[in-house]
Amino acid sequence: MSALDNLRETFRRDQVFDFMRQGTRAVAPGQLDSGAGKNILYLEDITVSFDGFKALNDLTMYIKTGELRCIIGPNGAGKSTMMDVITGKTRPDSGTCFFGQTLDLTRLSETEIATAGIGRKFQKPTVFPEHTAFENLELAMNDAKGTWHSLFTRMSGEQKSWIEETLAQVGLLDDRHKVAGLLSHGQKQWLEIGMVLMQKPQLLLVDEPIAGMTRQEVERTGQLLQSLAGKHSVVVVEHDMEFIRSIASTVTVLHQGSVLAEGTMDQVQNDPKVIEVYLGE
Amino acid sequence: MRDSTFKGALSDRTARTFMGVLFGATLLVTLLNQIFPPDSALHVSAYTVTLLGKYLCYALLALALDLVWGYCGILSLGHGAFFALGGYAMGMYLMRQIGDRGVYGNPELPDFMVFLNWQELPWYWHGFDQFWFAALMILLVPGLLAFVFGWLAFRSRVTGVYLSIITQALTYALMLAFFRNELGFGGNNGLTDFKDLLGFSLQSDATRVGLLIATAVALASAFVLCRWITGSKLGRVVLAVRDAESRARFVGYRTEHYKLWVFTVSAILAGLAGALYVPQVGIINPGEFSPLNSIELVVWVAVGGRATLYGAVIGAILVNYGKTVFTGVMPEAWLFALGGLFVAVTVFLPQGIVGLVSQHWERLRKRFVKTGDTDDTPAAQGEHS
Repeated sequence: MSALDNLRETFRRDQVFDFMRQGTRAVAPGQLDSGAGKNILYLEDITVSFDGFKALNDLTMYIKTGELRCIIGPNGAGKSTMMDVITGKTRPDSGTCFFGQTLDLTRLSETEIATAGIGRKFQKPTVFPEHTAFENLELAMNDAKGTWHSLFTRMSGEQKSWIEETLAQVGLLDDRHKVAGLLSHGQKQWLEIGMVLMQKPQLLLVDEPIAGMTRQEVERTGQLLQSLAGKHSVVVVEHDMEFIRSIASTVTVLHQGSVLAEGTMDQVQNDPKVIEVYLGE
Repeated sequence: MRDSTFKGALSDRTARTFMGVLFGATLLVTLLNQIFPPDSALHVSAYTVTLLGKYLCYALLALALDLVWGYCGILSLGHGAFFALGGYAMGMYLMRQIGDRGVYGNPELPDFMVFLNWQELPWYWHGFDQFWFAALMILLVPGLLAFVFGWLAFRSRVTGVYLSIITQALTYALMLAFFRNELGFGGNNGLTDFKDLLGFSLQSDATRVGLLIATAVALASAFVLCRWITGSKLGRVVLAVRDAESRARFVGYRTEHYKLWVFTVSAILAGLAGALYVPQVGIINPGEFSPLNSIELVVWVAVGGRATLYGAVIGAILVNYGKTVFTGVMPEAWLFALGGLFVAVTVFLPQGIVGLVSQHWERLRKRFVKTGDTDDTPAAQGEHS
């Protein structure tokens, strides 16, 4: 086993042949390499166990650049753990997790992953409650994050109009001076999507976006997510089949920590394995 | 949104009102003390001048705590330590100024060292005969301690009550250390018998008035500085760290750096307060490190109202005025009164006195708004801080 690990270390994808490619490299090390038609995220053989319980079990999955992907699965299927692995909150026991061709996510800190271009919207809306919607987006803005810079910086007109654009995109322009704690549940969810957008992410992870929303809000959210795909790659984790059917092109079903089925909604729904898991034996 | 530059902080309405009241009161006391002869009914005694100066030092200390507690959510129960360190640095300078006028008449060694049979000045006492050096140390020593302590604590993600406990332990440990004679800071007697500061006799009325004015200027500058910090983007990040730290970290802020920054600035302000305090009260001893002082400080800020800056100043002055009156009437009951006050404020006035007043103010304003005068423009709303 250790011989295999050594071999893997020697042939790590983010390092191997680097010395030979000096000068001809298309992408500097540490920079995202994911052109159109390529994959943006590579998860391979990921295993995570908590006290012997395998939350993820040899999970292998790829996300294409610009794709809108939905992930479904019953409770405990490992959806949230998968998000945690991608964002660096949880480290996998084994397996590799690459962002583009070059960035090994298992070696980056949470902050580095966020700056590299992966944004995550949490299941529970966690906006900054005492700040206005505008200030929430300002804080989330893709800008230098050092203390001294923050002390002396003044918002440029460009940044201001960018924030307002994003506010319009998520439908909060009229409420921009409202304190975020006073926004409705749905508005908070959108605000948080807006905050993730302010980081100019390549990959957007969205955790249960429509939980607790009214029908109109669900519809708006669906449109919003669809409008984001293409410019960004979007991964949505959701329970609601109807919602997924209305937005998704490709669906991945997780079960007991690994991929059970993958395809269009119709393919997946007619898959006997999926039916068995969802309806029971 | 407020103008986030330093000039903006200097010219905003809250800062100007604050400076107006502060300088007005200082000027009034100064004039009443200097113009009227001691037997006049309008004369303000030197005792009152110094008392006011003392209150303003406490107010500066409370301001420092409000910056870390009110805005950043770090409940430091050891801020008295930074205050005392600043005080000791000033005390060391004042000790060296005594020269050969001490009881033993040794031009080099302070009295307590002669008493302990020390032959020469410890290395860390060198340089304190220069005011500029002492002034530097007043800012540097508390700042450095806060930086190292904060770096260790925040990097290990020590938060909440655990952080409060270790700050308390910090000040307690320093108190025990400073009680020891071998440490070279005068043991339990501390540093006292000061004669003059920059050549001005500490006993004269003019010097006392001068110290009061200096304290008022320091407090006003610190207030503007804090307004600037809290009005900048850094202030908004710090608030975000207080409300949702993990979210702030996720957005990409090194929250430990922000906490460390604010904690260090706050400690420097506390040290400055201590340095202004010592020449006015004429003594600094290890009792200033006592955990009780730091807890009292928290009560001042809680009573005044957190996260407003001026609330901390009002709280510090009111509670200390209460203490002056109370300890005159029935000294043994003061601690009970203080404890009761803290409980009452926590239960009934979570926003402190300032919160209570602004609530009533809001109610009054709403009554006016109904008659047509709406001032609810986004700009007015965005000005809350």
